[in-house]
Amino acid sequence: MNLISFFKRPVTAPIAKDRLKLLLAHERGAIGNSNVIALLREEIVAVIAKHFPVESDAIKVRMESGDVISTLEVEVEIPTQLCAEIKGAAKDGAKKDGATQTLKVTASA
Amino acid sequence: MAKVLVVTSGKGGVGKTTSTAALGVALAKGGKKVVLVDFDVGLRNLDLVMGAERRVVYDLINVVQGDAKLAQALIRDKRISNLSMLPASQTRDKDALTDEGVARVIAELKEKFDWIICDSPAGIERGATLAMRHADVAIVVTNPEVSSVRDSDRIIGLLDSKTERAEKGDQIEKHLLLTRYDAARAERGEMLKVEDVLEILSIPLIGIVPESEEILRASNLGAPVTLAANPSAPARAYFDAARRLNGEKLEMVMPNDRKGFFGKIFGRRAA
Repeated sequence: MNLISFFKRPVTAPIAKDRLKLLLAHERGAIGNSNVIALLREEIVAVIAKHFPVESDAIKVRMESGDVISTLEVEVEIPTQLCAEIKGAAKDGAKKDGATQTLKVTASA
Repeated sequence: MAKVLVVTSGKGGVGKTTSTAALGVALAKGGKKVVLVDFDVGLRNLDLVMGAERRVVYDLINVVQGDAKLAQALIRDKRISNLSMLPASQTRDKDALTDEGVARVIAELKEKFDWIICDSPAGIERGATLAMRHADVAIVVTNPEVSSVRDSDRIIGLLDSKTERAEKGDQIEKHLLLTRYDAARAERGEMLKVEDVLEILSIPLIGIVPESEEILRASNLGAPVTLAANPSAPARAYFDAARRLNGEKLEMVMPNDRKGFFGKIFGRRAA
């Protein structure tokens, strides 16, 4: 620590302000749409459960807000073993490492 | 026309109960009939801050459940006759509060008082949403600190969606009360400034209460700052906020730095 930094404390308030603005811009959008997302999630779980015996917490629905385009990401985790048992496209699409298939839907902002 | 005011914040420890008590006294001193209602079931403290902890017989839940009449549960302040309080229960839990029961009590209070001030519990759960449910006006108590501002933003969202007014499509009047503010630290860039918080939360400002030793002194004594004969800086901020609640247009005064010349020189590094 030199003499100048001892007498002049770093200014932290602008950092706090910027962090808050960024965070709240994100949170306001997410929470504002939370009802739609919860509803969507419920319906997606119901559709998937018709074909795969998955737990409801294996399905994640997220809204990412961008400037021009926002993405709605739906991630469904299916155990690899289960995928192997189910014949057809599911087997080819299953990743070996994470045992996860990701379906992405893009929605305009 | 009676008005229901909720004092809320999301985050705990920012000064909801202190502000409820100080504003209640200030409004009552201005001649209004005021009742303070503690919604913090299980963790009541408004009685203590008001110096009425030994006078509690019945509480809000007793009234909601019909075990006591409202008049039996109301505690009239011994120092200001037009100020009363309705304590929360210390032994029951918040599930004992029903939506209909609270609505009935609020309706009854509206017949007797000009201002019904609801002291909200911290959080965004049932206790907090019930406290804001019937409000016409909300005061969001915020400290110039990141977690408090974030939680206030969340509470503002709830005020716009979960209150009776919001559900009917009406606006709820929202005001920001900035507490524990240190103008000198804000000036040095060590603390969020008033304008920073206003820019982020974008609701109108009703007062700036400075960080002050008087606040702890007041709760030690059970005598809100606005009761003192010679109003301190925080008391003046609360008096002004109370007048603004009654619709007066007052210029916002930045609470002056309480440190004198020596404090400025020697107090800077010590804080």
